[in-house]
Amino acid sequence: MAETAEAVRQEGALQVVMLRIGAETFALDANMVREIIDPIPATRVAGARAHLANVVNVRGNIVPLADIRERFGMPPTAATRDTRFVVIEVPIEDDPVVVALVADKVFEVTEINFDERQAIPKIGTSWRPEYIKNIVKFGDEFVIIPDIERVLN
Amino acid sequence: MSSLDPIEIFRTEAAELLDTLESTLLDLGEKPGSAVLIDTAFRALHTIKGSGAMFGFDRVAAFTHDFETAFDLVRQGNVPASVELVNVSLSAKDYIRMLIEDPDSTSDIIGEAVLEELKHLVAGSAPAPVPAAATVVPQPVADAASGWRMGVVFDPGILRNGTNPLALLDDLRDLGSCEITPRLDGVPDLAALDPEALAIAWDVTLTGDVSREAIDDVFIFVGDEVTLTLTSLDEEVPVATAPEKPVDTVPASGPVPPAPAHRPAPAAEAMAQAPEARAAARRPDDRSSATVRVEASRLDELMDRVGELVIAQARLSQLAGLQADPGIKSISEEIERLSARLRDTTMGIRMVPIGSLFSRFRRLVHDLSRDLSKPVDFVTEGEDTELDKTMIERLADPLVHLIRNAIDHGIEDPVRRGAGPKDPTGRISLTAEHVGAQVLVSVRDDGAGLDAARIRAKAEEKGLVAPGTPLTDQQIYQFLFAPGFSTAQEISALSGRGVGMDVVKKTIEGLRGTIDISTVPGAGTTVSLRLPLTLAIIEGLLIRVGEGRYVLPLSAVEECVELPEADRNTRGRDFLNIRGELVPFLRLRSLFGAEGEPDPHQKVIVITAGDARIGLVADQIIGNHQTVIKSLSKLHADVTTFSGAAILGDGTAALIIDVGQLVAGDGAERIQDFQEVA
Repeated sequence: MAETAEAVRQEGALQVVMLRIGAETFALDANMVREIIDPIPATRVAGARAHLANVVNVRGNIVPLADIRERFGMPPTAATRDTRFVVIEVPIEDDPVVVALVADKVFEVTEINFDERQAIPKIGTSWRPEYIKNIVKFGDEFVIIPDIERVLN
Repeated sequence: MSSLDPIEIFRTEAAELLDTLESTLLDLGEKPGSAVLIDTAFRALHTIKGSGAMFGFDRVAAFTHDFETAFDLVRQGNVPASVELVNVSLSAKDYIRMLIEDPDSTSDIIGEAVLEELKHLVAGSAPAPVPAAATVVPQPVADAASGWRMGVVFDPGILRNGTNPLALLDDLRDLGSCEITPRLDGVPDLAALDPEALAIAWDVTLTGDVSREAIDDVFIFVGDEVTLTLTSLDEEVPVATAPEKPVDTVPASGPVPPAPAHRPAPAAEAMAQAPEARAAARRPDDRSSATVRVEASRLDELMDRVGELVIAQARLSQLAGLQADPGIKSISEEIERLSARLRDTTMGIRMVPIGSLFSRFRRLVHDLSRDLSKPVDFVTEGEDTELDKTMIERLADPLVHLIRNAIDHGIEDPVRRGAGPKDPTGRISLTAEHVGAQVLVSVRDDGAGLDAARIRAKAEEKGLVAPGTPLTDQQIYQFLFAPGFSTAQEISALSGRGVGMDVVKKTIEGLRGTIDISTVPGAGTTVSLRLPLTLAIIEGLLIRVGEGRYVLPLSAVEECVELPEADRNTRGRDFLNIRGELVPFLRLRSLFGAEGEPDPHQKVIVITAGDARIGLVADQIIGNHQTVIKSLSKLHADVTTFSGAAILGDGTAALIIDVGQLVAGDGAERIQDFQEVA
């Protein structure tokens, strides 16, 4: 999986799933996305970190429901008609871990061009730089490619 | 994933054979004269040798060959199976295991030393005339340059084991030019013919320079099931006994196989034959095909699927209950019944008799008893008690500790025992039994028992308890589980380092079990482990706290009471008076930061964990709930309050409260944390 992603990357393009979280557009490597589901009831885990405060039952497995808004300094918002859970598989310390990610809206699977990559600005953002792999210009927008492993853990 | 690596298969099989060998040798130590045991050991060796050679484990094959050679003397009754011989044979077995598991770092020197000792023992007690037969290799007639004449008579039952005699004859053909003639005089009338019994024997004249060993190798897997009579053509002057004119036409009499007529690709056939032959060699009367080897991960997967099915079924029942259609209802009930049975069956698959674990300790006891010069009888009971497979694996280490302790500390030395009314031979018993929905595993010794005064002194010295504190004996014994606690005067290689009992306790609690010690001074000590039957399923009490539902392991729940009116709001002390005993309690609402209105009638669930007894205050007790345990994600490793999650009938998750953590972890401190967060 990593190899194919790498191969594609060398050509300068990457298959991604575009989604909106808060006011920002994020792009996730399509290879890590297992499925996109409608919101399901979640169970709060007392004592868990704020961005992993809930768990959900995805096909018989209990997986953390990650809300990464907190990690990017965005206020929590209630679910809307467009809210989706993006089930992704991320390597955490080399073990694949399944996580459901809350997205305010899922747009499309598309290809982004790495030639449009922008340097991550040092000022003008309160984001922690280690959470972001890249910022890529897509159309008129800037799209964030998060380092999802760091964001989650 | 499912591709079968032949080397891996050999390793697994060899491991089983070595286990058989070990237990047989240990039995032999107790019953030195038993021919059955000697034969079993011999057969195991023989199979290891054969398949080792086949899969390229040449060192294994070579060593086992020498081992077998020496052991053959025992089999022939020339050498008694003495205790020393059993001990050396056990080391030899260990060496074979090392050769198989980690050949690179296993030095030949060990093997040579073991063999040396083995040969010495065998030669020392062997009656003079036999040594010629002592080794299999140097045959009286080493090689026959011009060939062999042999009679090949198989056991009539050999076909039932799946061995194809014709394939073996084909293998002989590969050695040189063969003339094979069937002996048909044993074939009965058609009416009396048993199609599964082999009635034919063969006369083979094999010409060419073939070693005796090569011929033996052909029949290596059929071992005892073939009688070979060999005469060298060299010795045999071409006299009248030369083969009668070969019967060219095999009379096609009923089901008799058309013997040497066809000749399929011999190598391929031999390979195809091999596994069956191996299985047959292992134990001729064993219906070994009754079991199937399955990867544990597949069972886990099956368990998961069944768990999902049960959950889906619960939702179906719920919906069906709302429908008026009796057809839907009856189908839903049918599915409910089926899925419950499927769940039970699936769980049954994971259950393994604990005997497989017990047999491992015989060696441990044997070695310890020898090293400590304390003769010990090891008795096991309840070997067929079934437990979840993972549970059995995780029980091994704690039991090793307990048995070591029992022999090292529990059993007195034989002189002291002999001086008293006791039998100089100590006794360790390991028992397992079902008690309700739990399994009770006990390790009992008939030693001196625990010395409460000494343990107390040690605990005071270590600062675990203030001198003079009133303590019951049971409370004193609990100090044994404190980290770094040991009363042993001398540190031996075996025990007394003070690591062990605390680890044992942790492991058992990790398995959701409990550990108890009871002792009778002068008569012995019993350590009892109480364990749930399975780790995959929990019998729980479902409770509601605020909006959330939680599961408490039912085994920890002692009783449920209503929270007295006066205690609804804290009055600076949170404990109850239950039949005169003080029971502190935790308010789960504040612990979990629950939202919503508290129920006007708060309930207290009294739980025990280890020695501690505490109450947990909840809004509602929903009821019993048997459920499949799901582990929490790695990302939630920092959450210690919960040991896992259960999926409820409506598909949502309920967290399982880790009672031990809640009691051990400072509950009060945590309440503060949560209140600050909230």
